[in-house]
Amino acid sequence: MRMPEPDAGVVARRSAIARDLRDIVASEGVIEHETALRVYESDALTAYRQLPLIVVLPDTTRQIAEVLRYCNAHGIKVVPRGAGTSLSGGALPLADGIILGLGKFNRILDIDFDNRCVVAEPGVTNLAISHAVAHRGLYYAPDPSSQIVCTIGGNVAENAGGVHCLKYGLTVNNVLGAEVVLMNGDTVRLGGRYLDSEGYDLLAVINGSEGLLGVITEVTVRILARPETARAVLIGFPSAADAGVCVAAIIAAGIIPGGMEMMDQPAIHAAEAFCHPGYPMDAAALLIVELDGPAAEVDHLIERVQGIAAKSRASSVQASRSEDERLAFWAGRKAAFPAVGRISPDYYCMDGTIPRHRLPEVLERITEMSVRYGLRCANVFHAGDGNLHPMILYDANQPGQLETAERFGAEILTLCVELGGVLTGEHGVGVEKRDLMGTMFDEDDLKHQQRLKCAFDPEGLLNPGKVYPTLHRCAELGRVHVRGGQMRFPDIPRF
Amino acid sequence: MAGVVSAEPSHTATLAVETDAQVADAVQAAMAERAPVEVRGGGSKCRFGRPVEAASCLDTGALAGIVSYQPEELVLTARPSTTVAEIVQSLTPHCQMLAFEPPDWIPLLSGCTDVPGNAGGTLGGIVASNLSGPRRIRAGAARDHVLGFRAVSGRGESFKGGGRVVKNVTGFDLPKLLTGSFGTLAVMTEVTVRVLPAGERTQTLLVLDCAEDCAIRAMTAALQSPYDVSGAAHLPPDVAALSRVPAVATAAAGVTAVRIEGPAPSVSSRLQALRATLARFGALAALDDAESDTLWREIRDVTYFVAAGDEPDPRQVWRLSVPPAEGARVVAEILFALPGQAFFDWGGGLIWLALKRTDDAGQAAVRGALASGAGTACGHATLVRADASVRSRVPVFQPQPEPLAALTRRVKAGFDPKGVLNPGRMYEGV
Repeated sequence: MRMPEPDAGVVARRSAIARDLRDIVASEGVIEHETALRVYESDALTAYRQLPLIVVLPDTTRQIAEVLRYCNAHGIKVVPRGAGTSLSGGALPLADGIILGLGKFNRILDIDFDNRCVVAEPGVTNLAISHAVAHRGLYYAPDPSSQIVCTIGGNVAENAGGVHCLKYGLTVNNVLGAEVVLMNGDTVRLGGRYLDSEGYDLLAVINGSEGLLGVITEVTVRILARPETARAVLIGFPSAADAGVCVAAIIAAGIIPGGMEMMDQPAIHAAEAFCHPGYPMDAAALLIVELDGPAAEVDHLIERVQGIAAKSRASSVQASRSEDERLAFWAGRKAAFPAVGRISPDYYCMDGTIPRHRLPEVLERITEMSVRYGLRCANVFHAGDGNLHPMILYDANQPGQLETAERFGAEILTLCVELGGVLTGEHGVGVEKRDLMGTMFDEDDLKHQQRLKCAFDPEGLLNPGKVYPTLHRCAELGRVHVRGGQMRFPDIPRF
Repeated sequence: MAGVVSAEPSHTATLAVETDAQVADAVQAAMAERAPVEVRGGGSKCRFGRPVEAASCLDTGALAGIVSYQPEELVLTARPSTTVAEIVQSLTPHCQMLAFEPPDWIPLLSGCTDVPGNAGGTLGGIVASNLSGPRRIRAGAARDHVLGFRAVSGRGESFKGGGRVVKNVTGFDLPKLLTGSFGTLAVMTEVTVRVLPAGERTQTLLVLDCAEDCAIRAMTAALQSPYDVSGAAHLPPDVAALSRVPAVATAAAGVTAVRIEGPAPSVSSRLQALRATLARFGALAALDDAESDTLWREIRDVTYFVAAGDEPDPRQVWRLSVPPAEGARVVAEILFALPGQAFFDWGGGLIWLALKRTDDAGQAAVRGALASGAGTACGHATLVRADASVRSRVPVFQPQPEPLAALTRRVKAGFDPKGVLNPGRMYEGV
């Protein structure tokens, strides 16, 4: 993984920069000692590490604006960071860049039940928002698996998903407004406690922008009534292909489950060994279909899903009869990552999306790759929306295994794109998938995306080296090529 | 090719393109000749937005037709000038829908097209203006359903964005940037949208004789309930009287409507539950599927502000998006200052307003009612219907504070540096 060459001039001025930053942010909010910096050297993609130049922890939006204005004026790169739970290296530091930590922005600013929204600072955790409104039977729907620790600002920056986004959408579909500070220090408010922003939908664009467009300093999210009830069906299949057929049949029947998760046999076995959820060990694939909503609807749909499963050659079908049983069905799936962590020293979690009907084919190809690369792979899928999380098992202490795992992962993602899917469904591009962007987008596609970046950050100082494999200068991207009025199609009808 | 009729404003030249390459060529020519174009598909929204400062028309009407539709993948790809009617016709046999409920504004705007079969406008037009109907509160806006596109930017370059799957965070979300950009950044040549299963049944619960405050509290209660409400609107007595649904028209009172959709057993059980929730707000009545469809189509298409006879309704029409709990106050303030009529959708968050025709369209009162203490607007107001002369004088879209306006101009400059695509359609100089 090559990062942009550090700017030696900036690195040399480190102490002076720290001194200047202490004029903006309280002294203890500027960190330059190596041991203290070590905490920030990676995010949840721990395979990549880099000590930042300096860490800055501002207290106020005004301080953020001043820090950014200062860095913009002095050509210093900035990497924003929330809780550091990115799985794609979105918050990986730069040797010549400061980490702008938003941990102190941890207050919920307003709970507005009448307008069904919550206004929060970016460092508030995803789950804290749901907790704050739970007493009125409301919640914030997107539920990434790291929701206990991941922050709403990071959720917006990464457009985080979760198990329930098939029915309730990703972060972008649940955010009403944001306050964003641009690299030049300007503060803009996008959207608010109302639907749809005026003008260009820059609010939507901020979602999933991976810290490349601005620093999010406030978020307004929509809150929903918690579903009256939820029940799950646990379905075992003799083959992954049968499970794929069942998934398609459920959607074709007009049913959009709250969640529809699939596990392959290695994942089933790892989960069973880890927390004994009572999964059918002989099944080649397991489906958890959760229906949530009004009780009458859930009971009705549970019966229909059971019927569809029976017709899809299911080897076992079990509907939850109590909340305890529903949670037990989920326990293994939710523990899939630690469970796999126990059967292997290290694992590498992938995140591609494919058209649903390609599931069996992809599984077959992954099995073939697993043999070829000599590494085991356990698969969990958000089957309802075709989002795959293959977990490649490797041992970082064995020379070359990490590199082999990376090549294996890249081949899976390339396959996803080949089959009409995309590189990442919810984890982001970050540094991890940066060099694969060319498999999905051509040069003109990428240049148009980067022109958006230029509108927000013309100097390219905000989180550079992430998402885009080639750093074009904005002046170059802005150049206009006019073909001198020669029309290739002089016979287009004109009237 | 679709014939173009009575263009407004009149263009000196029309260029009718049929392929992506021709679009790129036409935009290149516009750049070389410094001759901006007005992009036009079916033409149904040509009176929406500021009058475009362009002598030529880039007619994309021939870029039409469904490219692929995979019901089991819940995804449809079509060229932009495919009519919404054609898409709906393809989806209906599979019991699927465009969940954001695209409105048909042709009667409201007296759309300048008479392309046969263009009821509802085109997919490209709906996406370019990010229009959503009553189900917006539950299913999201048009922009939440646009998954990918192919387009030609104002630089004359073909490019694509997004993909054909819902879960996708690969790179910046350009599909959402183009949605609602009114053709000022790029000319779309293909659009991929998400489709969803349609509810088996639709029922509507009416609360009768609620004043605005009471109506908003009733809608809030319904939307805070776990009964999956997919529409919440309020018609004051003078608007309700215009409905073609007898129970609404003859109520002789304000009518608050709450819609529920889904499988039959679920709908009847939720209807019962909602009766209990809403009984304290007033007398209740229910509409069956057919009456519900009629009512929600009226609300979606704003038919109350369309004249019944041959003469067009002369009033100017505003559309305001506000925090739902502010809806009643905003309307009361405006109608205290100006004579007019209003109704509410989106649980009070969407206000439709028809005002007596004036030179400034009542802008000061309308936008003044949105101003919050901090000087920023708590919502936005769009002037949907007014004469071209008024639309060129009065900002059609909510004016932006300067740092945001500057950002908007930089985004425009990135995609259309010579300002050849629909210049001025959204903001002066953009």
